[in-house]
Amino acid sequence: MNLTLKVWRQKNAKTAGKMVTYPANDISPDMSFLEMLDVVNEGLILKGEDPIYFDHDCREGICGTCSLYINGRPHGPKQAITSCQLHMRSFYDGQTITIEPWRAAAFPVVKDLATDRSAFDRIQHAGGYVSVNTGGVPDANEIPIPKPIADEAFNSATCIQCGACVAACKNASAMLFVSAKISQLALLPQGQPERYQRVQNMVAQMDEEGFGNCTNTGACEAECPKSIKLTNIARLNGDFLTAKIFKSEEIHA
Amino acid sequence: MELNAKLPEGPLAEKWDKQKFNLKLVNPANKRKYHVIVVGTGLAGASAAASLAELGYNVTAFCFHDSPRRAHSIAAQGGINAAKNYQNDGDSIYRLFYDTIKGGDYRAREANVYRLAEVSVNIIDQCVAQGVPFAREYGGLLDNRSFGGAQVSRTFYARGQTGQQLLLGAYSSLNRQIHLGKVKMYTRTEMLDVVVADGKAQGIVTRNLRTGAIETHAAHAVLLCTGGYSNVFYLSTNAIGSNVTAAWRAHKRGAYFANPCFTQIHPTCIPVSGDHQSKLTLMSESLRNDGRVWAPKTVAIAERLRKGEIKVTDIKEEDRDYFLERKYPSFGNLVPRDVASRNAKEVSDEGRGVGASGKAVFLDFAEAISRLGEDTVAAKYGNLFDMYYQITDENPYKQPMRIYPAVHYTMGGLWVDYNLMTTIPGCYALGEANFSDHGANRLGASALMQGLADGYFVIPYTLGDYLATIGPKAVDPNHPAFAQTKKDVEVRVAKFLSMKKGTKTVNEYHRDLGHIMWEYCGMARNEAGLIKAKGLIQALKADFWKNALVMGENEEINFSLERAGRVADFIELGELMVDDALMRRESCGGHFREESQTEEGEAKRDDENFSFVAAWEYTGENQPEKLNREDLIFENVKLTQRSYK
Ligand SMILES: Cc1cc2nc3c(=O)[nH]c(=O)nc-3n(C[C@H](O)[C@H](O)[C@H](O)COP(=O)(O)OP(=O)(O)OC[C@H]3O[C@@H](n4cnc5c(N)ncnc54)[C@H](O)[C@@H]3O)c2cc1C
Ligand code: SF4
Ligand code: FES
Repeated sequence: MNLTLKVWRQKNAKTAGKMVTYPANDISPDMSFLEMLDVVNEGLILKGEDPIYFDHDCREGICGTCSLYINGRPHGPKQAITSCQLHMRSFYDGQTITIEPWRAAAFPVVKDLATDRSAFDRIQHAGGYVSVNTGGVPDANEIPIPKPIADEAFNSATCIQCGACVAACKNASAMLFVSAKISQLALLPQGQPERYQRVQNMVAQMDEEGFGNCTNTGACEAECPKSIKLTNIARLNGDFLTAKIFKSEEIHA
Repeated sequence: MELNAKLPEGPLAEKWDKQKFNLKLVNPANKRKYHVIVVGTGLAGASAAASLAELGYNVTAFCFHDSPRRAHSIAAQGGINAAKNYQNDGDSIYRLFYDTIKGGDYRAREANVYRLAEVSVNIIDQCVAQGVPFAREYGGLLDNRSFGGAQVSRTFYARGQTGQQLLLGAYSSLNRQIHLGKVKMYTRTEMLDVVVADGKAQGIVTRNLRTGAIETHAAHAVLLCTGGYSNVFYLSTNAIGSNVTAAWRAHKRGAYFANPCFTQIHPTCIPVSGDHQSKLTLMSESLRNDGRVWAPKTVAIAERLRKGEIKVTDIKEEDRDYFLERKYPSFGNLVPRDVASRNAKEVSDEGRGVGASGKAVFLDFAEAISRLGEDTVAAKYGNLFDMYYQITDENPYKQPMRIYPAVHYTMGGLWVDYNLMTTIPGCYALGEANFSDHGANRLGASALMQGLADGYFVIPYTLGDYLATIGPKAVDPNHPAFAQTKKDVEVRVAKFLSMKKGTKTVNEYHRDLGHIMWEYCGMARNEAGLIKAKGLIQALKADFWKNALVMGENEEINFSLERAGRVADFIELGELMVDDALMRRESCGGHFREESQTEEGEAKRDDENFSFVAAWEYTGENQPEKLNREDLIFENVKLTQRSYK
């Protein structure tokens, strides 16, 4: 297939970017989207031009590194997959494809299609853990957990921290991401001791990073490659409210 | 140098306890006077960094990813072993030890492997305490599955995303220490050299991948937790960024490289579909619990299938050869990886392979789906089936998967003693970056176990011994070795950036290297082929330095430059792997020398002459490396021809 790419090129966070058009010829439908970009880049390098920079690593949908906004959608036209899992058979010969980075104030562009998502890490630093040290913990089977609860916690835990939810949201809210971690730990017995403190700390950090408010449009859920559900946000809101009403005294003591 | 593995005396089961007692301790008030560098924050590095910080040490950690949570450990699918014996099916620490030693074809140290089996039980407790959502039974207790090379169910798992959940656990512990200020984390930062001052590792040189800044960092000890080197084959199941640079740079500064040719070819991967391919995707070994491996019984049927004259569903039951079940009735589809891979290759080489290229066999779930129902199969393996569907556009619920072996893991790595210290004092290697526990073949679900054992439960004890010996006096960053090593790195970077007139991209060199390695140093190796490969690699290296094309400048994100450094190191490593494979004139585990096989075509060891660890010593640019031997002494297990019949 032969395609036309319109790609966002931006040297770094300080310089302005623009869309640049490139042809992508002789593309096999079996290639992954990133392999198609590899081919284009090899061509650019041989011509002495700066290759297109994009973040990626595992190329199998699990590391959360790839983050392309393809034809106006985070991770492209298909549901429940990442950019690296998208294959060229999802496009047609002669198609024009626009490729942009995530757009959000909290995710400044690093170069071309890559953004700085360290804000997500900082939210995790604020409380995304159970405070246990190595060693001195009980036998694993001393903490029985009903299977449906464990499964639900697992569903929340599959978030890959890609940021598509933020990119999809008109307010650039990070609620789906934050609520996934909050939910995982709020569901499990191990997460109870710090439950209300955690939700306050993580939400405070989220606000500080400049993510927008959640207005419940559900765009995040629709674009999340791991099908993280809006029910997580409901759980976060519930815990946040509980923390505010009943626990803030205790927490800030 | 005389290799001293520092193995403790005494009965096997008491060695680790004894060692822990004999190791020196750093008193709690002194711990904060020490500074430790951890390079790499996958399972091994994140668990080590968090545990050491909890103890009170000051830790600086580095990774080239944009977040520690993206380390390649995240991709591990199937599970993690532990001798919990929750299933009451006869497991024990001794059995896990025995299976691992045997699975590794008797090329690992007894003491190390026993310790690994011993601490395996603590790992599961630790992870559960962190909130890792392992699979559970309806009663609320933990579930297990079985994996290759074992006849008990001791593998803990979290659907097909076990590595992800374990890494997120370690990452969360790391985050807590970052929050507390005990770990300083540098992301998008690549270590490019180790600083060896007065004979000890005292720091590293890094390049900030965003700004190009080249900096030195000083510490009392350096831990390399930088993963494996499967990408020397270009196509492997590893993530694109996985590389050998940190280990190779340490090697060139004095760390011996052990058993470099011991690589694992995993039997169940999605076959190569074309030249554009940038990586291969694993289909977890856990699938062999319910999937049955087969190929058409005759070349004629296979040919008709390849030509599209018949469909797989047209092949009658009696025309299918379930070759693993046929040849290995007691282990069946669950033979170890090296055995399963070689058999798949054999069948394809005979002309009975399937798929367009003929380089594939089937992994069939029809029987499991009819026995358990599609829903149960989906609950166990759903994400793997989806992954397969995405890549191949074929529905594995409706037709068997096509699979073929692919490079997956490297048992070789930096030589370390029982305390995980390399031959550079103060420089340690953990996780896949070291060579320690898997011998010539790693059993499934044991890498996650080893990475976490090293990080959570071994290094916190063994590091203290070294630190107590050298004392808490601050490292002098003005020692000339820092400036010199930094200079060396700058010169190398400048050299790459001067290669603007080249005609061939770095990626093409990488692909060429991969072809050579796969052809001559892959699943089957022989003397003539290895000699040929050595010549080809040397020629490739010369050509690389003449004609490779590197774009851009230092002061920006520059993946052309990053790749160039990594590929240059891979080329050198490739040559050493070939030397090692050539030297080892026996077959063992994943290392199959065609000259050394049993009548049935199984790997034939030569214990008399090769029961040793080959630890290679760098002796200078373009000089042959020197072989140092660490003899393996078996006091507890009897060496036998492995049999999985
Ligand atoms: C697809 C797949 C599935 C697997 N499934 C299983 C399984 O089911 N069970 C099992 O036991 N094992 C499995 N394995 C093996 C296992 O995942 C790995 O061996 C293990 O996770 C390696 O962990 P690690 O911490 O040693 O290295 P990694 O997780 O690879 O981490 C390496 C770290 O080092 C950093 N790094 C590397 N070089 C540098 C440098 N120069 N400078 C700075 N930082 C650097 C990286 O950024 C990263 O943080 C699987 C492997 C693959 C490929
Ligand atoms: S919630 Fe979904 S879209 Fe958001 S970071 Fe997690 S996986 Fe990505
Ligand atoms: S590259 Fe890892 S999820 Fe896409």
